[in-house]
Amino acid sequence: MTRGSVRFEGVGKRFGKVTALEPLTLDIAPGTLVTLLGPSGCGKTTTLRLIAGLESASEGRILIGGHDVTHLAATYRRVSMVFQSYALFPHMTVLENVAYGLRVKRLPKADVQAQAEEGLALVGLTGFGARLPSELSGGQQQRVAVARAIVLEPEVLLLDEPLSNLDAKLRRHVREEIRQIQQRLGLTAVYVTHDQEEAMAVSDRIIVMKNAEIAQEGSPHDLYDRPASAFIADFIGDANLIDVEVTLAGATTGLTLLDRPLTLPLASIETGPAKLVLRPHQLQLSAEPLPGSLPAEVRYAAWLGNQIQYTLDSAAGPLFAITAPVAAPFRQGDSVHLTFAASDARLVRG
Amino acid sequence: MIGLAGYALLPWYISAGGFWSFGWLAAPLGAGSSALVWAMSGRLWLVGPLLGLGFAAAVLAARRPPLATARGLVAAGALGLATMLGQGLMILGTGTRFGLAEASQPGMGAGAFVTAAALLFLITTGISGLGRGRGDAFVTGLVGLVVALVAVFVFYPMAFILIRAFELKGGAGFGVSEFLPRFFAPEIWSVSCLGGGRWCGPAVNSLLLALLTGAGTTLLGLAFALIFTRTDFPAKRLLRVLTILPIITPPFVIGLALILLFGRAGTITEFFADAFGWEKTRWLYGFWGVWLAQMLSFAPIAFLVLIGVVEGVSPSMEEASQTLNATRWQTFRYVSLPLMRPGLANAFLLGFIESLADFGNPLVLGGNFNVLSTDIYFAIVGTVADPAKAAILSMILLAMTLSAFVLQRQWLGNKSYATVTGKADSGRHAALSSGVRRACYALALPWAAFTLAVYLLIVFGSFVKLWGYDHTFTLIHYKRAFGIIMRNGIHFTGAAWDSYFTTLTISAISAPLTAAVGLATAYLLVRQNFIGKGAFEFSTMLSFAIPGTVIGVAYVMAFNFPPIELTGTALILIIVFVFRNMPVGVRGGIAAMSQLDRSLDEASIMLGANSATTLRRVILPLLGPAILAALTYSFVRAITSVSAVIFLVSARHNMATAFIVGRVENNEFGIAIAYATVLIVTMLAAILALQALIGRRRLRRTDRVEAH
Repeated sequence: MTRGSVRFEGVGKRFGKVTALEPLTLDIAPGTLVTLLGPSGCGKTTTLRLIAGLESASEGRILIGGHDVTHLAATYRRVSMVFQSYALFPHMTVLENVAYGLRVKRLPKADVQAQAEEGLALVGLTGFGARLPSELSGGQQQRVAVARAIVLEPEVLLLDEPLSNLDAKLRRHVREEIRQIQQRLGLTAVYVTHDQEEAMAVSDRIIVMKNAEIAQEGSPHDLYDRPASAFIADFIGDANLIDVEVTLAGATTGLTLLDRPLTLPLASIETGPAKLVLRPHQLQLSAEPLPGSLPAEVRYAAWLGNQIQYTLDSAAGPLFAITAPVAAPFRQGDSVHLTFAASDARLVRG
Repeated sequence: MIGLAGYALLPWYISAGGFWSFGWLAAPLGAGSSALVWAMSGRLWLVGPLLGLGFAAAVLAARRPPLATARGLVAAGALGLATMLGQGLMILGTGTRFGLAEASQPGMGAGAFVTAAALLFLITTGISGLGRGRGDAFVTGLVGLVVALVAVFVFYPMAFILIRAFELKGGAGFGVSEFLPRFFAPEIWSVSCLGGGRWCGPAVNSLLLALLTGAGTTLLGLAFALIFTRTDFPAKRLLRVLTILPIITPPFVIGLALILLFGRAGTITEFFADAFGWEKTRWLYGFWGVWLAQMLSFAPIAFLVLIGVVEGVSPSMEEASQTLNATRWQTFRYVSLPLMRPGLANAFLLGFIESLADFGNPLVLGGNFNVLSTDIYFAIVGTVADPAKAAILSMILLAMTLSAFVLQRQWLGNKSYATVTGKADSGRHAALSSGVRRACYALALPWAAFTLAVYLLIVFGSFVKLWGYDHTFTLIHYKRAFGIIMRNGIHFTGAAWDSYFTTLTISAISAPLTAAVGLATAYLLVRQNFIGKGAFEFSTMLSFAIPGTVIGVAYVMAFNFPPIELTGTALILIIVFVFRNMPVGVRGGIAAMSQLDRSLDEASIMLGANSATTLRRVILPLLGPAILAALTYSFVRAITSVSAVIFLVSARHNMATAFIVGRVENNEFGIAIAYATVLIVTMLAAILALQALIGRRRLRRTDRVEAH
């Protein structure tokens, strides 16, 4: 299999006066799966379509596998795409769908047949070739779409929210399959989704986008553990964001939380207002006050079997906490006291 | 990139070169020489296109960077095309316009056509090379082609109307001095009939008639649509039949039937005269007669439009209203009806435009009641031919239809409350309150009966000797029109055979062309983005708003002499049908293509197919029903069209409708009706055959044409 890199050099896209993508520079290494993640309208799909050649860039250069493809039409780029709607041709059988790209390349008929069968085998659909797409389940249609894209041995495989039409349980299964095929074939893949859990589960790297710009990029672990902004902290995994005032910047950080001094074992650069990031499971609840604990009241408690979710009112604002199931959970209206480990906390700019 | 452009260029080059050597074929002078020969023998103005082509070849050969090459191609194509147009327009058949040249030249022929096409594609390929249209030469080429066709066959003739309207009397050149007085002449705009006078100008007549017809057809259409969708009326299939009747009815047939019923010797007139001693009057020949005929002709169109509108009101809204304790009447009055308002306005404007453009009914029934469309006709073919008057009247008529058209698009365009969404709406439409239902029945059922009676009479009338006087059964009309003698083979001796075959041939040729141009345009509008798309869409839809009479006049004026000389040929008939009926193909194509998920084409493109392959392999197969519908419609419309055709027929290429008009003018009603009956049967057969085809296709596919 060929594997190609993708490189954007100052690529921007405007539709009339609307800016869909601020000039952007990014690099995608060969053989990796990179996810473009962000809320709707953040420019992630535009980025994908620019790689595909379905949109043309307003400025900048796009390189695939080291070649400048900025002005090359989609037809001639060695890039395949799996569409959100799958876009299977309803008037062709499954095999004809998979063979389409090979056929329009005018390969010999026997080769077309063999390679298409091979593609179907790769996604575990041997024997389904004669059916029409409408006779398959959603998950099977999805796999046909993947097979159709990869039989062309693309330099880059693009996936546009490939799981959004599947139900929740099937999603986990299919995303594992996609990841396995990508790793087995060593494909370069660009994956667009707005679901952060999906992104964390499949990606080598995640590029989080917001307002037509890159907000932060890194490995899933990086993003979760070292969020660069309140947006990232909130978007990647839930987070409680508490207003604090940094009083001492340096190798360790001194700050005031609700007029109380606190020292954190992490480095910071500047003093002033900031936000403390605390994940819901990092909050501990107890009935009795502990040293340095923060009093709160349970506004709502939900028992989910494997965990209990609490919405709390505190002097620092509403907080969200998750605890392991216990025999006697707190009830609505109970007074509780919150603590957290200083090493868990992260700071982001206010 | 260069390779791509070069590859796309080569075929044109060869064909251009090939035709070059025996071009100018169609030149009536019989001079089969090529432009090259002409140019060498002193006609230097023909060198321009050659220069353009040569320049392009040089640009390609130079192998410069792609952008420079593309720019060069655009420049070369533009140069060639501009010089070609320039010489074509300036050096006309009679020679010395602007005193530029001594010589004259005949109309452009095949060689010129191919050369022009080659130059056009040079430009579009160049443009695509500049990165427009996503660098797709096929798309830019298609855009260029459609734009050029519309420019030559819609705007160019329209420009002639504009020019001729400024012509001074007696061919003394052009000027504004006579235009304004003639434009606002009281003979056109007189309103004295409103004040009790006897006579109004044709402009006022047309306007009044159109307003009343629009209002009447909308009301009737709504009544039918409500019955069709909101009641358990038992004979709904019969109502459906009503909707295809106007499509297959030659335009003046209804007028004829009305004459047979209500004319001075009409059945009903006679009946009342005998029974009650009422005086036999000529009331039918005038405003009310024309209005009645138009109501019969166009109410079904309003019905067709309003079925969609009434069904488009989401049942869940009506259910919501009912759960809020509104009665059926309140629900209808405050929810359903307001939601339908844009649709009603749309139906009204459609009736308005159709009435203005109607030519057949006023011609047959108008009497002394003049409307614009018939006055235009008489200004051209009347005893005193006055093209300038025809042009002025055309402009007035055009102004009216265009303003209605613009109003419809600008005002209603964004106001559709059609609440059909992708979500399945499982609710049921609220039944009508009994008052509304009774009103609908009272309005619609007698009308349906009347319509049915009129059509039965048409058939019946073709089998009697002389309607109103001698009702004995006879086949004489059919014999005279469609006689066949079987002696030494088959001889088609009937008077109508000639025009019948011409009509079928020309309709059959123009139908696929119409469908092709219409669907290609729809494809560009729905699937591609390019600069000036809005203007492009507007101009392609424009010919819908241009009344047939106006088109006919414009074509006569524009294509009667070089550079494009077409009158008297079958080609001009085909062209006029293609561009008259194109908007319907466009509309149908747009509707069908909007239902195809865009990602289907994108998937095809991503899999390495180019736009042409995508169109052929993916879009066209999925558009089967839409294509057949466009085919049927343009075929049938070509058969029934009269207004534009009547100016363009010739002795060699007579059309059925023009033939019938001739019979009507000679008071040979029997033959006219017999012929009309044959036409109706022919078209019904065509429609049924095509529908059977469509039906079978549907079975093979799932109904859902979505991408998953």
